[in-house]
Amino acid sequence: MRAMPSIKLLNVTRTYGRIRAIDKVSLEIAEGEYVCVLGPTGAGKTTLLRLIAGLTTATSGAIELDGKDITDVPPENRNASYVPQQYALFPHMTVRDNVAFGPLARGFTPEESLQIAHEMLKLVRLSHRATAYPHELSGGMQQRVALARGLAGRSPLLLLDEPLGAIDARLRVILRYELKKLAKELGVTTLHVTHDQQEAMSIADRIVVLRDGAVQQFGRPSEIYQGPRSPFLASFVGGANFLEGVVVREARDATMIDVAEGFSISSSRDGHGMGDFVIASFRQEVTLILTNASLEENVVPGRLVSISILGAFLRCVVDLGRIGEVVAKVSLREALGQRLPDRVGDVVYVRVDRNRIMIFDRPERPLAVELEAF
Amino acid sequence: MGRGKKVGDGSETGRPPRDSSTSLKRRALLFLDSASGSRGARAAAYTLGILFFLIIVFVPPVFGILLGGSKIFEMLSHPDLMSRGGSAIAASFAIAVTVSLLDLAAGLPMAWFIVRSRSGWVSTIDTLANIPFIVPTVALGYSVLAFWSGPQGIGSLLGSQFVFSPGWQTIVLLHFAFSYPVIVRVMVGALQGYKEVYETAARTLGASPLTAVRTVSLPLLKPALVAAFLLAFARSLSETGATVMVAGAFENGPVFIRNARAAGEQSPLLFVSLVLIVTSSLFFIAIRILAPKMHLPISTVRPNLEKRLSSTPALMSRNLLVFLVFALFVIVPSLFVVLPGASAITDGTLQEAVASMGIWSKYWQSMGLSYLIALVATCVNVVAGLPMSILIARRRGGRVVSGVLDTLINIPIVVPSIALGVSIGIFWGGVAGISEFWLLVFAHASITYTYFVRSMIAAVESIPLEVEDVARTLGARPLMIFRRLTIPLSKYSLMAGAIMAFTRSIDETGATLAVAKNLTTAPVLMVDWVKGTVAASPHAIGLGLGILVLTSFVSLLVLTITTRRT
Repeated sequence: MRAMPSIKLLNVTRTYGRIRAIDKVSLEIAEGEYVCVLGPTGAGKTTLLRLIAGLTTATSGAIELDGKDITDVPPENRNASYVPQQYALFPHMTVRDNVAFGPLARGFTPEESLQIAHEMLKLVRLSHRATAYPHELSGGMQQRVALARGLAGRSPLLLLDEPLGAIDARLRVILRYELKKLAKELGVTTLHVTHDQQEAMSIADRIVVLRDGAVQQFGRPSEIYQGPRSPFLASFVGGANFLEGVVVREARDATMIDVAEGFSISSSRDGHGMGDFVIASFRQEVTLILTNASLEENVVPGRLVSISILGAFLRCVVDLGRIGEVVAKVSLREALGQRLPDRVGDVVYVRVDRNRIMIFDRPERPLAVELEAF
Repeated sequence: MGRGKKVGDGSETGRPPRDSSTSLKRRALLFLDSASGSRGARAAAYTLGILFFLIIVFVPPVFGILLGGSKIFEMLSHPDLMSRGGSAIAASFAIAVTVSLLDLAAGLPMAWFIVRSRSGWVSTIDTLANIPFIVPTVALGYSVLAFWSGPQGIGSLLGSQFVFSPGWQTIVLLHFAFSYPVIVRVMVGALQGYKEVYETAARTLGASPLTAVRTVSLPLLKPALVAAFLLAFARSLSETGATVMVAGAFENGPVFIRNARAAGEQSPLLFVSLVLIVTSSLFFIAIRILAPKMHLPISTVRPNLEKRLSSTPALMSRNLLVFLVFALFVIVPSLFVVLPGASAITDGTLQEAVASMGIWSKYWQSMGLSYLIALVATCVNVVAGLPMSILIARRRGGRVVSGVLDTLINIPIVVPSIALGVSIGIFWGGVAGISEFWLLVFAHASITYTYFVRSMIAAVESIPLEVEDVARTLGARPLMIFRRLTIPLSKYSLMAGAIMAFTRSIDETGATLAVAKNLTTAPVLMVDWVKGTVAASPHAIGLGLGILVLTSFVSLLVLTITTRRT
């Protein structure tokens, strides 16, 4: 078994005129790893993929594959197969010929190429449609053909651009696990671009979060969820509430933040000094809603503004007066047997454990702009 | 399954070791494929494409005329010739603009009917609208002349006050007929690609059908309208053979040049050619630059008037008018040549023709020559035009170079072909050792180049870039992408472009008249017959033209069928 590659980007920048599509990106991806590239529209996700595929050249920086510099190697010599958003299946070729194209291009004989195509189609369970044309297949099948074609080229590196973007929501959830399983079985290193944070969270070994062409954070899904580096990351990956405030007291294991006149919340995080302008943030799913409570630490009364059911969660918006509105995601299972808030306008109490409150430096731009994800 | 198990997984790059059973053809292809990966090979292909364009297609017809030297300007000292030439050029432009606008007005509603109507007559009308395409222009010229001014024509049906004697009116009638299908074709194509949903949206917002079309659809279709106008305009400005037939004593630019050549007047020939080359090129470039900046008037709407004009009776009368114009000015005059042709079958002319007696031996020779030239010119254009099409469609030379080439390739069809021929004749005349046959091939290649390349550019542009991107990441070299993706995905346009170039070449008279000294192509011979330079009976003319129509029809049919099968 030959060594699988590791891909390494060193300070890669790609500019289009004055726009920096990719801004000093450095990444190192291990062989066999499944990495999701996550980011809002226009973050540079596709450009990053095309840079690695060799379809776009870097303005500066270097790309290494297996320790070899491939920055100026043309795509046909890179061995990184690219599966674009709409798959770009060759419309005039049958499914089998589409899949056999890569092996043929790499110099296998026609017989060998068909044999490889046959194996790959078996792998994606499409052997029975080998002689069909792409337009005769459903979206999900086309996606699998595109995948088979990408894998048949024997490339150790698979670059998927929104592979599930054109598939309806229910099937998408099923297919994402299949994708990962297949990639792992074949041992290919995969970069999977998506704007769907749930998709990334559920299948990635590691996630690269991109914004404005720059890497915001690169880590395991749980790392990013538990320790987002910025309000944007907290909001974009997992969702959270944000309260702007000033640090008013600082102790060994607690920081007290004034978030509105007369309201303070405390967090067990430290690292910020008195008078610092900060943002206190907590996940929606750790925001508890109580129908009655004593006014202890981090408990604030408010009025229910709206309730909606999201699958296994209740999403409640609570107006906390001068503090503003917060969103709480209440697990329906946990709420089972408890008295649930059910009427808009009811008085409820919001409580957040001090261990769950994160503190960020206040960003340079206004909070609303910082959180925008488009 | 593990990666280690896969067949032939030999080397680090996934490229298997070559085994000895590889066939020679395959090895050659593999070698060429990998050679095409080098920058040098691609640069060479593109350079050859550009060189062919410049040396054969562009420079001789446009700049060759300058080699005429001081002779060109001798005409300036002949005021009478100057005024004759001046009015001929002015007449050319006036007729071209008028005819193109009239054709747009008549052809647009027809295109609309063909695309949108659910009537059972659509396919019949659609086929009929193509007829003037199939009829070679010289045959059309004779047909139009016979219908509008001949003794058996319209006069015999409606009375002599409807007869037009040969002159500018018959030229307008002729140009209207041959430009009509061009406009309809372009607009049908554009309308089929147009998303009706914009119009629907406008309708639900309260616009009457006419308002929706006028303020939403037409502005969106403007590029096609401009393209259709330019094609009709260029065709009218350029057409020579048929125009000579119907012109009588009247002169437009091409007729003037033809008469000057026949009279052996060198200076007027060169001068008017030069002026036509310059003005038509400038006119074309001006339209290309100005058209995107011109806007259709959409800011005012007269809801009530436009609603009334959209009513069923208004629509019915419009369609009726459109069909009447189509029948009277396009179809009947185009097909009128059938009558003398049919009489020739019974009166013995056919036997003479088959036996190749008298004038007919020259006829068959010229026919063979026409087809040979068309075939060679088309093949040359396909080979040389392919790299150029890719270069322009994929902006391989950068945006500026591709943009400039994209404009330049249109010049050969905008410049009147007889002027172009004069220029080509002078250019190659200075180069020893080029036979008249190749001179004609070059002239035809130059005139038909644009038809093929334009068609291919559109086809290549319609192949998503991502298809090529994916192929490259799968390891395909440029030549393999070209062989396995570009050509198969554009083969219909390739054939269509080749057919257009071929038929245009068969049809060509202007440049041929200017270049040829001893050789005669079929349409040029027909002009001689009609003008009486060679004595031929009306029945012989009818039959000669009829055979031309028939062969052109059959060759089109054969090509269409082969395209469908492959």
